[in-house]
Amino acid sequence: MSLRTFARGIHPPDQKAQTRDLAITPLPPGKTVVIPLLQHTGAPATPLVQKGQRVRLGEKIGEPKGLISAAVHASVSGTVVAIEPRPTPAGNAVPVVVIENDGSDERFPHAALKAPADLTPEEVVAAVREAGIVGMGGAAFPTAVKLTPPAEHPVDTVVVNGAECEPWLTCDTRLMRERIDQVIAAADVVMRTVRARKVWFGIEANKPEVLDLLAGKLAGRSDMAVAALKTKYPQGGEKMLIDAILKRRVPSGGLPFHVGVLVQNVGTLYAIWQALEQGQPLVERVVTVAGDAIAAPGNRSVRIGTSFQEVLAACDAQPGEGLALLMGGPMMGVAQWRTDLPVVKATSGLLLTHRSGSETRETHCIRCNRCVSHCPMRLIPSRLAQLTRSGDFTAAREWGLLDCMECGSCAYVCPAGIPLVQWVRLGKAEVLRSKRSMEKKP
Amino acid sequence: MSQPHYAGSYAWQSSPHIRQGDTVPAIMYTVVAALIPATAGAVVFFGVDALRVVALALFSTMATEFVFLKARKKDLSALRDGSAFITGLLLALTLPPGLKSSYVVIGGVVSIALGKQIFGGLGCNIFNPALVGRAFLQGAFPVAMTTWSTALAKVDATTAATPLGGFKFAHIVPALKPMIVGNIGGCLGETSALLILLGGLILVFRRCLDWKIPLTILATVGLVSSGYYLLNPTTAASPLVHLFGGGLLFGAVFMATDMVTSPITPIGTLVYAFGIGLLVFVIRVFGGLPEGVMYSILIMNSVVPLLNRFTRPRPFGARQEAA
Repeated sequence: MSLRTFARGIHPPDQKAQTRDLAITPLPPGKTVVIPLLQHTGAPATPLVQKGQRVRLGEKIGEPKGLISAAVHASVSGTVVAIEPRPTPAGNAVPVVVIENDGSDERFPHAALKAPADLTPEEVVAAVREAGIVGMGGAAFPTAVKLTPPAEHPVDTVVVNGAECEPWLTCDTRLMRERIDQVIAAADVVMRTVRARKVWFGIEANKPEVLDLLAGKLAGRSDMAVAALKTKYPQGGEKMLIDAILKRRVPSGGLPFHVGVLVQNVGTLYAIWQALEQGQPLVERVVTVAGDAIAAPGNRSVRIGTSFQEVLAACDAQPGEGLALLMGGPMMGVAQWRTDLPVVKATSGLLLTHRSGSETRETHCIRCNRCVSHCPMRLIPSRLAQLTRSGDFTAAREWGLLDCMECGSCAYVCPAGIPLVQWVRLGKAEVLRSKRSMEKKP
Repeated sequence: MSQPHYAGSYAWQSSPHIRQGDTVPAIMYTVVAALIPATAGAVVFFGVDALRVVALALFSTMATEFVFLKARKKDLSALRDGSAFITGLLLALTLPPGLKSSYVVIGGVVSIALGKQIFGGLGCNIFNPALVGRAFLQGAFPVAMTTWSTALAKVDATTAATPLGGFKFAHIVPALKPMIVGNIGGCLGETSALLILLGGLILVFRRCLDWKIPLTILATVGLVSSGYYLLNPTTAASPLVHLFGGGLLFGAVFMATDMVTSPITPIGTLVYAFGIGLLVFVIRVFGGLPEGVMYSILIMNSVVPLLNRFTRPRPFGARQEAA
C-alpha cells in the first residue's frame, strides 16, 4: 500500500502505545465545574445566567457574540455560584461561569429532533452553532463558520482529519475505533451541508485498526474513501493533509475553501453527531491523559469545566519534581503552570511527563539548515528568528513570518536549542499589534 | 478532591516540548570521529611525525580559542563544543608532512583568530576557519607548504612530487592505485580516497553531512574534466586524476560541507557546490597552481550570504509572482 504524504516534516517517537488500546471511559464530574465563556480566538460569549440561578445539564449559559464566537453550555446540573474572570489554560483570564454540581445530571429538555437526513443545510449550521461546537483538534475555531464557506468558493471535498500526528494523543484514534458509525454519519451530514461530492478520511499508517475498520465500513461507497497517510508530523496540519490527499495547495494566507476543501477533525464530527442525533450540545470531550508520570493513563470522556486537578487525580498522576504539564500534544500543546484550570473544548490531551533533563542549552546557530530542510511550509525558520530578534518585523513578514503554522518541526530538530517557534510567535504578535494600531489611526 | 500536591511548579516553556536531542557538540564530535580514519592513515603513511603536526595544530587552535573566549568574557564551556578541535584537526590534515612546528602553530592561531573569532565566534564566520589558516600559510610560506615527503619515506628529507604537481609541471601521469589507497605524496589527510570516503559515510549515516555537496562537486569536476579530456586527449589529465588527486575529496567531504560556511537553501547548496567544482577545474587547468580546492571553497564561501538571499525557497502555497 502506498502511503500519501507531504514534503519535509519530522518523525518524533509516537508514544501512543501507552493509551491506544484503552477504551474511552467517562470521568465523573466533580463538585464544581468552571466554564470559560471564551475557549478559542475571537469574542467571549455573553453570559445568560446569573449568580444563584439553577441550571440543568446542556442548558445554554453563554450566547455567542459576533461571528467568531461560540455558545457555551452547562456541563452539569446545579447552581451558578460565580461569574468572574479566572485564568484559563490559554494563559489569559477570561470570564467564567462556576457551577456547583448537584450530582443529578438533570438534563435541559431539547427541542424535538428531526432526523439528520431531513435537515436543510441551514438547519444543520444553526444546530451546530446552537450546540457550541468548535474544532476539537486544538484550534477550537467555531465549526458553524467553517460550515458556511463563501459562495464564490464552493467546497467539493470534505477531508476528515484522523491523522492525529501529535505524539501521545489517541483520543481521535479511540473515537474512530469505538464510534466510527457516528463519525461517518456526521461526515455524511457535513458533506451534504456544504454540498460537497466526496469525503476523504485521512488516517496515519500507525493506526492500522482504524484503516481496516474504515475500509470495511466504506466498502461499496463511491462518495467516501480512506487515504492511508505516512506517519509523519505535522501530517494533521490542514494544509499538509490537503496536500497529501488531494495534491492541492492552499494558497499562502488562504484557507482550505480556497481550494474547495473543508477539513473536519474526528472529534468535531462526533460532537456534531451528538448534537444532531441526541440533542446534546458540546458539554464533554475525550481527553487523552498520558505521560510517564501518569500511573493510570487512559482516554477519558470529561465534562467541560472539570479541573485538571480532578482529571490528574482520577488518573493517578504521580506528583514529583521536574515535571511538565501540557494541554494538548508535546509539539503544539500549551505548558500549564497550575492545576486549578478547567478542561476546555480544545483539551485533546493532558500530559504529565518528566522533562528529560537533557534540554539543549541555547547556543549559536551553526547554519546546519536542519530547520530549513524540515519546515513543511518551506520557510527559513532561523532567518525568521534572527529577523524577529533584531526587531525587523517588516523583513520577517517578507520572509514568510505569517505563513508559519508554529508546528515546531524546526525547533524539534535544532541542534543549537534555539526557541525558533517562540521567536516566530513574538514576531507574529508584533506584526498583528502594529496592524491593529495602523487600523485605529485612519 | 483537592490534593494540593499537584499544585507544584511545572516546567513552563513554549512549544514544542520535545526535542530530537542532537546538539552542536554531538555534531562536531561526529565530524571528529569521521576524521579519525584519515588521521590514522596520515600516521601510517607519513610516520609518527604526522602526530606532531596534528598535536600542534590542535594545541594552537584550542589555545587561541581559549584566549579569545577569555578576552571576550564568553562562557569557557564553549571550548568543549568541539568546533575549535575540528578546525585544528582539519588544518593539520591539510598541511604537508614535515612542516615546521612554528608554521603549524601560526596556522592554528590564524585559523581561529582571523578565520573565526573576529567574526564573532562559532556560527558567525564567513570562511572555513581551517582554510583561512591554510591560505595564510600558503601565502606566507609558499615553499614550505609545497615541499612534500613521499609517503612511507625512510628518510625525512626525501621530497617528491604530488600527483597533480607532477602532472602540471613535469607531465608525469600518476598511477591511480596509490591515489586511492593513499601512499603518495600530499597533505597529511588528503592522500587516501578510501579513508576519506569512509569518514564521509560515517557523516552521512549520522546525518551530519549534506551529501549533495560532495556529490555535486565531484560530479562537476568529473564531467567538466571528462569533456576537457576528450577534447585534449594528449595533454589533459584524465578525469580520474582530477577526482582522486590533490585535496578534492577531502575538501568536498570535510571542508565544503562545513555547516557554518555553506548555504542553507537547497538551490543555494547546489549552486555553491557546482561553483566549487568548476573553480577547482579552472584553477587546476588554467591557473598557475597545481591545486585549487582551497581557493575554490574560500571563494564560494564568500558568496554564501548572497546565495542564501537569492535562492530562498518559495513558501508552501506562495503565488508564482510572489517568489
